[in-house]
Amino acid sequence: MPSYIKPVMSADEAVSMIPDGATVMVGGFNVGGVPYSLTEALLRRGTKDLTLISNDTATESRGHGKLVASGQVKKVIASHIGLNRMTQRLYNEGKLEVEFVPQGTLAERIRAGGFGLGGILTPTGVGTPVEEGKRVVEVNGRRYLLELPLRADFALIKAKKADRMGNLWYYGNARNFNPLMAAAADTVIAEVDEIVEVGEIDPNDVHTPGILVDVLVLKEYDLPI
Amino acid sequence: MKVPQISEEEAKARIARRVALDFADGDVVNLGIGIPSMVMDYVPKGVRVLLQTENGMLGMGPAARGDERTIEIIGAGGAFVTVLPGGSFFASDVSFGLIRGGHIDYTVLGTLEVDQEGNIANWMIPGKLIPGMGGAMDLVTGARKVYVATLHTNSGRPKIVRRCSLPLTGKGVVSKIFTEMAVFERLGGRLVLQEIAPDADLEAVRALTEADFDVSANLCAMRGVEG
Repeated sequence: MPSYIKPVMSADEAVSMIPDGATVMVGGFNVGGVPYSLTEALLRRGTKDLTLISNDTATESRGHGKLVASGQVKKVIASHIGLNRMTQRLYNEGKLEVEFVPQGTLAERIRAGGFGLGGILTPTGVGTPVEEGKRVVEVNGRRYLLELPLRADFALIKAKKADRMGNLWYYGNARNFNPLMAAAADTVIAEVDEIVEVGEIDPNDVHTPGILVDVLVLKEYDLPI
Repeated sequence: MKVPQISEEEAKARIARRVALDFADGDVVNLGIGIPSMVMDYVPKGVRVLLQTENGMLGMGPAARGDERTIEIIGAGGAFVTVLPGGSFFASDVSFGLIRGGHIDYTVLGTLEVDQEGNIANWMIPGKLIPGMGGAMDLVTGARKVYVATLHTNSGRPKIVRRCSLPLTGKGVVSKIFTEMAVFERLGGRLVLQEIAPDADLEAVRALTEADFDVSANLCAMRGVEG
């Protein structure tokens, strides 16, 4: 099998690559764009001491939020933890480290990590607690914070459709952080609803080029709605 | 002293109705949770605003029903929604590029505190409530106009204060404040009372507002409120 054809694994097989202590990005915003089969598999496997990078921590009974509730996560980097009572409780009790990053800054830090930038300058957070400990750079009279790149050992992402080369097509606003994370991790595992033959996705419709994706997993679990 | 004798629900609806009157046809708007999410119900006929959601959609439509519902098209609060013809989807970097880059006309947010310097604090209460800032810090930094829609007081305590005591979401960013009693605008670094509800008076607004404010020479009755 040529190397540009990506292996298709079960969710359990794919997450078995992730060791304890790994830094893991998980795509999604609220209920949309989360690779639920992969987060369920991680829960089953019990991989621990994870650093989780995600927009939010879902809820204690859904998606990667369950990993926080089960105590498998030691640190969270996110913009919002408000819907997960366990994240808030463990953080308040000092049992979980949480780094709050404004959502747009989180997107740009991941983009920087994936696309070879040494950081980004953003006006977001100037004059707030987010500024603390950061370098402030003045450009044309305006103050910006230097925000550093984020990378991970693994990215668990969700797309609607993949071809066998790993080219991805997303649907609706479930795209969110997924294409950014696809570039910012050493190993990228993409959960998809459908895997089609090479050529069946129009090149104009490819949102994430397949060279960024290492493993494909066909969706095994649907979030009940 | 005249204080509006209306229920909390009526107060919230009043605030949402008043905010909606500021929008013009074609404006691009991002609405926060709480009172701001009610604003769309009151946009006048003939005015079409384009709703942006920070999770990556422009042209958000009404709630999705039945088989239309998918977790792949949601509002920022997680509700199943639809997308209107002419809408678009994009990733988070583009979404926040639109926000930070000044391409959004209005952001409407609720708040815990807002002060006379235009500071807003709405993302945490240390030791108690720590939801995180989500997209709020980017929105208050990048939207052209930052509107705060809030009840005037919280259990009788003023929410419009001299100086925010909670950790800030944004510094000097607020354009206007809308409550069930009044509308304030920040002009030349000062908070200016522009409108007052017909069932409130200046004495009540002064009593229930901790911040210093000027009274506009053109002070008028709050628009959208029955006299």
